Amino acid sequence: MSLDALVLSRLQFFWVIAVHILLPAFTVGLAAYIAVLEGLFFTTHRPVYLRLSKFWLKVFAISFGMGVVSGIVMPFQFGTNWSRFSDSTGDIVGPLMAYEGLTAFFLEAGFLGVLLFGRSRVPPWAHFFAAVMVAAGTLFSTFWILAMNSWMQTPAGYSIVDGRFFPIDWFQVIFNPSFPYRLAHTIVAFFITTAWVVAGVAAYHLRAGRFREDGTTMLKMAFGLLTLLVPLQMLIGDLHGINTRQYQPAKLAAIEANWETQSRMPLLLFAWPDEAAESNSFEIGIPVLGSIIIARDRDGVIRGLKEWKPEDRPPVATPFFAFRIMVGIGLTMLALVICSWWVWWRGNFANNRRFLKLCELASPLGFVAVIAGWVMTEVGRQPWVVYGLMRTRAAVTPSLSAGDVMVSLTVYVIAYVAIFGTGGYLMVRFLRAGPVDRVSTIEHRGGTITARPLSAASEVE
Amino acid sequence: MTLDLVPLWAGIMALGVFMYVLLDGFDLGIGILSPFAPDDASRDLMMNSVAPVWDGNETWLVLGGVVLLAAFPLAFAVIMPAVYFPILFMLVGLIFRGVAFEFRHMSSVGHLWNRTFQYGSIVATFAQGLVLGTYIQGIPVDGRHYIGGSFDWATPFSLLVGVGLIIGYGLIGACWLIMKTEGELQRWARNKATLLTFGVAAFIGMVSLWTPFLQPQIFARWFAWPNMLILSPVPMITIALFAWLLWSIKSGRETEPFLAALGLFGMCYLGLGISILPMIVPYKITLWAAASSSKSQGFLMIGTLFLLPIIVTYTGWSYWVFRGKVKAGSGYH
Repeated sequence: MSLDALVLSRLQFFWVIAVHILLPAFTVGLAAYIAVLEGLFFTTHRPVYLRLSKFWLKVFAISFGMGVVSGIVMPFQFGTNWSRFSDSTGDIVGPLMAYEGLTAFFLEAGFLGVLLFGRSRVPPWAHFFAAVMVAAGTLFSTFWILAMNSWMQTPAGYSIVDGRFFPIDWFQVIFNPSFPYRLAHTIVAFFITTAWVVAGVAAYHLRAGRFREDGTTMLKMAFGLLTLLVPLQMLIGDLHGINTRQYQPAKLAAIEANWETQSRMPLLLFAWPDEAAESNSFEIGIPVLGSIIIARDRDGVIRGLKEWKPEDRPPVATPFFAFRIMVGIGLTMLALVICSWWVWWRGNFANNRRFLKLCELASPLGFVAVIAGWVMTEVGRQPWVVYGLMRTRAAVTPSLSAGDVMVSLTVYVIAYVAIFGTGGYLMVRFLRAGPVDRVSTIEHRGGTITARPLSAASEVE
Repeated sequence: MTLDLVPLWAGIMALGVFMYVLLDGFDLGIGILSPFAPDDASRDLMMNSVAPVWDGNETWLVLGGVVLLAAFPLAFAVIMPAVYFPILFMLVGLIFRGVAFEFRHMSSVGHLWNRTFQYGSIVATFAQGLVLGTYIQGIPVDGRHYIGGSFDWATPFSLLVGVGLIIGYGLIGACWLIMKTEGELQRWARNKATLLTFGVAAFIGMVSLWTPFLQPQIFARWFAWPNMLILSPVPMITIALFAWLLWSIKSGRETEPFLAALGLFGMCYLGLGISILPMIVPYKITLWAAASSSKSQGFLMIGTLFLLPIIVTYTGWSYWVFRGKVKAGSGYH
């Protein structure tokens, strides 16, 4: 694979979206968590909920601000590097992206300012309402972007005229076959990611003997949610896999490194896929389990990669390993959740230092799983940009040279490392300072009701 | 038969871009003026005067981008590759200056982020000028593709527009400061605004005289009879605005210089529209040829008609909330 404009454009897209996705992966769940905390404070008036909400609001502000600036880059990528994709599919993906933009704008303009700066300026119910609307807004944004992404995976409701896609039925376009599964799987993943961060921060402070009430509350809330969502996520993921078997069988074959169409397919735990030899040079697996999981039948037939011409197959190793990283993290999370039940039952939930250490170590796991799952699904879609209909190769801007994209990619890498490196560092420093109630600078400031994500956080400095 | 939404979308598109230029224009202008600020205290005051509004201003850019893709996908697909590097410079400049607004208060190397804010603003503005210059000088198209090179934007004309835009944003930034500050800083801003007005006049003059010679169509549009008569108010109003601007700066008015400067931008925008309409990719592709299907435009229009008025109202309201002078100490932080 030579480094031409196509490959470099894909790398560039990978880079700008991989950095960007980390922020919604965190803020979508965090917005909902803040809405819950605000709701609890509104109904119970317990100060711990207010303290926690203020703390996480500042974290939310930093993440949301970085999400906004990295998000500005995204729509332009489609024009600069994927102009033929924009021309061919603009009639369908354009309105979906524009709705995402409008929704985000509406949310930022209307409610974020009230949430960040308005606690003393609006009645408590209105502040709670703003928190709910911000949380709803992040979910709407997720909805539109995933509708677009799912349409590229499992296109529906379109017609093709002269190589361009036109909408026939918007309901089918949006609620295309993989969309409900992808939406559920992604939102639950985002919630789980946030829950592990909350648990990790709680554990860090509990281990240091600080903020006992806050830490215990956070830990209980996080594991309450994880107890519900981690098993649910496995069920949704399983259903999503069955959906993939039906609509994107070549992707499924790559994920399982399954070359031959076979019944009683084993579940490979590890393998070394060799695309040139069209086989795996090494494999360890559990016999028959693959067919049982995917087809719900030990004799279920799973299609192998050799059914497709080599030029129609996705890369094998990347989806195969990315899937195993994602599932491995899922199983690790499940083990930790079960572990949490045990320490809870033993009654030393907030005191068990080894358990707290494990929580701390687990706090970034959700991000890794999100990136792995996303790499799996996008690489598994190859060689298509619109599955089965438009090749990625046919989507790239024709006028670009490899040198052009090499330059832009380098600039994006350096800029993002500098900016998001600094942002990440400031964020970690803030999380380690903990939910100190450094009273109400926010309440007594002059005339500020607008969206100022990052500076709401700088209040504490 | 469905309604032809193309003119409406063109109007929304034009509104979005114009809102962006006006709103982000003055806060980029603050970044451009900031290296010349008399002292650190006034530099902080300058940044505080735009701090509540800059990120809302930039959202118009995203909106402009996605609406162009959704309503005129062919234009998006042709224009973006032609300005590949200017867009890169603009985005990176905007990101750096955006986070600099906030990092400078949190970081131990705040002065470094001040520099970042200044350079980011200048780079982003210059890049926007390059985009505009490249757009006006014409984009080579074959069928549905851009067929020029990745450096076709680097012409004397687009460089001129780039420098002109830096001075132009600097002017509305200075007029914004006249409106939002008082005392020493306001005097300084008046001084700079006068200087920049002459600079802007020179650049508007040069670009306006050069543009008709770039394309025979533009020449014909302006100088054929009776167009010349019908369009003669455009340069006359522009000259009148210059006079009003200079007079209002000199005679101590506070709001009028800002309005006059916005008026000048409005006239340039109008002049651009007169030069290229009904083309959206200059001299090659019309609005209608670039438009997405009525089913796409209609689907998006439903939500836009609902959300856009609310957004515009809110924007106006938030400027109202932050009206009045920005003072040291009572600022944002």
